[in-house]
Amino acid sequence: MTQDTNAKGAISIRNVTKIYDPDGVNVMAVDDCSLEIAAGEVCMVVGPSGCGKTTLLNAIAGFHSITSGEILLDGDVLCGPDKPKADQGADRMVVFQHGALFPWKTLAENVAYGPIVQEVMSKSEAMDKAHHMLAEAGIADMGNKYPGEVSSGMARRAEIVRALINDPKVLLLDEPYRAMDALTKSIMHESLLEVYDRTKVTIFFITHDLEEAIFLGDRVVVMTTRPAKMKKYLEVDIPRPRDFRTLSSNRFRSLVEETKDAVHEEAVKAFEAGEREMA
Amino acid sequence: MTQETSSNTKAPTGFSLTLYRWRKSFGTSTPYLMAFGIFLWLTSYWLLTEGIGLPRFNKLPGPVEVVTEWLSTDPLWGISLFSETYHEHIYVSFRRIIIAFAIATGVGVPLGLFMGWSKIFRDYSFPILETLRPIPILAWVPLAILMFSGFETPVIFLATLASLFVTTLNTMLGVDSIDEEYFRAAKCLGSKPRDVFIHVVIPGALPFIFTGLQISIGVAWFSLVAAEMVSGDYGLGYMIIDSYMNVTYVSMVIGMLTLGFAGWFTAALVRIAGNRAMEWRVRALALEGR
Repeated sequence: MTQDTNAKGAISIRNVTKIYDPDGVNVMAVDDCSLEIAAGEVCMVVGPSGCGKTTLLNAIAGFHSITSGEILLDGDVLCGPDKPKADQGADRMVVFQHGALFPWKTLAENVAYGPIVQEVMSKSEAMDKAHHMLAEAGIADMGNKYPGEVSSGMARRAEIVRALINDPKVLLLDEPYRAMDALTKSIMHESLLEVYDRTKVTIFFITHDLEEAIFLGDRVVVMTTRPAKMKKYLEVDIPRPRDFRTLSSNRFRSLVEETKDAVHEEAVKAFEAGEREMA
Repeated sequence: MTQETSSNTKAPTGFSLTLYRWRKSFGTSTPYLMAFGIFLWLTSYWLLTEGIGLPRFNKLPGPVEVVTEWLSTDPLWGISLFSETYHEHIYVSFRRIIIAFAIATGVGVPLGLFMGWSKIFRDYSFPILETLRPIPILAWVPLAILMFSGFETPVIFLATLASLFVTTLNTMLGVDSIDEEYFRAAKCLGSKPRDVFIHVVIPGALPFIFTGLQISIGVAWFSLVAAEMVSGDYGLGYMIIDSYMNVTYVSMVIGMLTLGFAGWFTAALVRIAGNRAMEWRVRALALEGR
């Protein structure tokens, strides 16, 4: 596990429960969930569809309230008994499942948006920095294109740059590579690993893909089907930096085998329950 | 040309791009089908009226008669491209449309944006809008005449009203159509409510706003002509009904065709403005081959 002494972005999720009440019937999405994520850790959350992983992410990001329990960031309460819904802020950056770059802004304008509205940089400073960071991410030529003009991989990369320019404590990713083909996915993985090695930002990453989870993560958390509980923790002891050759190493294969049963069992349960996914 | 050179040359923009697309379109069937379609329509019209002259149709002015009159420097019935009354009618109608459309857009777009953005504001205003909106514009005519004096204001009022409802509703739906994730992303990036309004609500609603404006300019013409027919002294609607009363059917058809071209022209202007305002969308659609 990577532990910098001055790292920031430790998340404590303590006994969090979330009950939805869409039409008079209580639905428990998350049941008494606890999880400690160290600063600078890459925490991968795996679980079947609609199990409440996204609910947890939404609670950290401040999109939804929680019913009980508390969530802390670096010891400060984000949400708890007195404050069910966390404030949204630039210290926790979300990269969305379907991608949420503003289609009406160019990639560079998208990246520069955060610093401009937070008034930490002037418009021209922010644009310069945006172009610079896009170049660092290997998409220098794309800065003046609109998201609708570039591939989904490029757009996703730009979205991560848009998050990073704000120097967040935590990066929250909700199945960002879900709809991508295997080849693009592996390129995205390497670029995320490269970003992580450079910034050591805490990463909370939701996925269905076990191999992705083990390849990227310091730790993999397997959740049960709804209501979500922690089923299994897996420390990934593969040294960093990792690259695509890691995928064929024996240690990687055996970790995947070790976790597969737990995930499969929950997937079967979720499938048989057949309930619609909840946000 | 080899691929190497074409990737090195700059992509055409502005006028040269339009010219390029125009030239390219001659390689497709589109312009020929369009020409053939127009030809078919005109021929059927001519056959019905002047060629064969079916009963009841033979009293109507045919295409040859209309075009001859329209282009004549000395029109038989007083209305042609060269007569001053005709210019006056067109000028008056256009002036009214511009005023009505400007007011409807200036009020309707902000109104719709706020209704879409603020739940509280929508709760206040939506029931009233939804009750007033279905009232046909002709039902407003007596009230308009009672409320406003003269010819000009009631006519403009009616045209404004009709297009105001369309614009407001479409703008509101446009805000509704914005994906929740854009709002979340904006908040996450540290936006204040004002930033969300400027950077998410307005641009996100633009596609719907411009669809609405296209419909709204059409509705404005529709209600303008209706109003001019009922109470007017000038304008294309008045010209049509006046020609009918005076049994100058040729002028009546000229008036109708003029309205067709005027409506087409104004809708095209709105479309051009829309493409200017939404370059991101034009570029993305172009890649999909549209």
